[in-house]
Amino acid sequence: MKKFAILVTVLVGAILVWGATDFPQWGDPNSPASTHVSDRYITEAYSASHVPNLVSAILADYRNFDTMFETTVVFTAGTAIFLILRLPLGPLARRRNSKHPQAERHPLPRDPILEMACRILFPPTHLFGLYVLTHGHYSPGGGFQAGVILGASFILLAIGFDLRAILARFPEGLFKPLAALGVLLYVGLGVLCLLLGGNFLDYEALRVLAPGISSAMIRSHGILIVECGVTLTVGSVIFGIYANLVSRGNHEGGL
Amino acid sequence: MTWVLDLFLLFFIAGTAIAALESKCLLTSAIILGAYSFMMCLVYAALGAVDVAFTEAAVGAGAGTVFFLSTILRIGRDTSQ
Amino acid sequence: MSVIEHNFIYLFFVVLLMIGLYGAIAKVNLVKKLFGLTIFQTAIILFYVSIGQKKGAAIPILEVGHGHQALPDVVAAHYINPLPHVLMLTAIVVGVATVGVALAVIQRLYAEYGTVEEDEILEKIVRS
Repeated sequence: MKKFAILVTVLVGAILVWGATDFPQWGDPNSPASTHVSDRYITEAYSASHVPNLVSAILADYRNFDTMFETTVVFTAGTAIFLILRLPLGPLARRRNSKHPQAERHPLPRDPILEMACRILFPPTHLFGLYVLTHGHYSPGGGFQAGVILGASFILLAIGFDLRAILARFPEGLFKPLAALGVLLYVGLGVLCLLLGGNFLDYEALRVLAPGISSAMIRSHGILIVECGVTLTVGSVIFGIYANLVSRGNHEGGL
Repeated sequence: MTWVLDLFLLFFIAGTAIAALESKCLLTSAIILGAYSFMMCLVYAALGAVDVAFTEAAVGAGAGTVFFLSTILRIGRDTSQ
Repeated sequence: MSVIEHNFIYLFFVVLLMIGLYGAIAKVNLVKKLFGLTIFQTAIILFYVSIGQKKGAAIPILEVGHGHQALPDVVAAHYINPLPHVLMLTAIVVGVATVGVALAVIQRLYAEYGTVEEDEILEKIVRS
């Protein structure tokens, strides 16, 4: 198997290198990747939406249809993990897994230094996640990064303390509806734009709700609302994936 | 002379990728993969993609490594390959 | 040769891609296969990020204060192309969610067959 793998790898590598000699020169501003539509995005994004971070402006305004489906995919992956791990086991597996899993035979002792360190680190991490969400218009950041940081702050607490203690505060009945609420917020804003007479996810149509706000500022606020939806979903799903993986679905043991 | 630093970074990345795949202990491989993710984050930042670097640091070196470690806890950390 | 000097990053990308592909094909342990696929994914993201580069250009964040006073005049050749960054941002987060699904499937296989080596699992399926 290894010889076959090395042969296939070298062959495909040679074909790719032969193709790479045909590429336009690296760093060329007139290469086809940088000419057709991205020039228009760079020159018009700030005047259309007053958001200096061009990546956030394109992600949540020009290409927000893709971002909506990415959020849905993340939510579906979280649900799929939950469903896979809770399926009933077959007869062979049930006989083997009747005793306690290995980690519970030696439970970890409580460590006061670790607990105090996690207790001190959790509020700044959580606050930083919220800062990244709201400052995503002006600095690198935005919805996806903020969601992962918020989920990671809960995982930090779950590692320092017991998983059961964190699930008592942030139970499954809370983070699953929160994930669904994020997707609902995103799609709901799009449908609201549709109901108010514009296109789907075209923030201009929201101007009837808030007269007196210029068209660029309403786009900026629309981008912020959409990023909040993304953050809710991604944060809940990251913590949910960890809670399901580390306890094999039954939320009993774990780190 | 920054190309010397970039070249060193790229060779280090290739070295960590091979080390993560060839190690006999799954726990070691997962930690080395975390280091590989962090090195990729540095390369993205050096290329000017600051948003992508931010996301790779939070996801790859943060949540991704934790997911691998939580599964390796359940499976057992040694492998014959 | 001039192709190595100008397009070195593409050759490095091919090397990283082949390391990931070798790990995904040749390794017997399922978790090692997953490591190979993760390396493959980060190599693809490096490729997309590198094709948007422009020589001597700045990062794609405009230098505007919080007052929204004057619109800066923006020349497209002074900022690197932000479109590949947008595509790769979502790709990273969706990638980690998919890695989570793969790890859940690996845990189920371990619960069912007691091992995560591919040849032992195939043996047990053939025997039963």
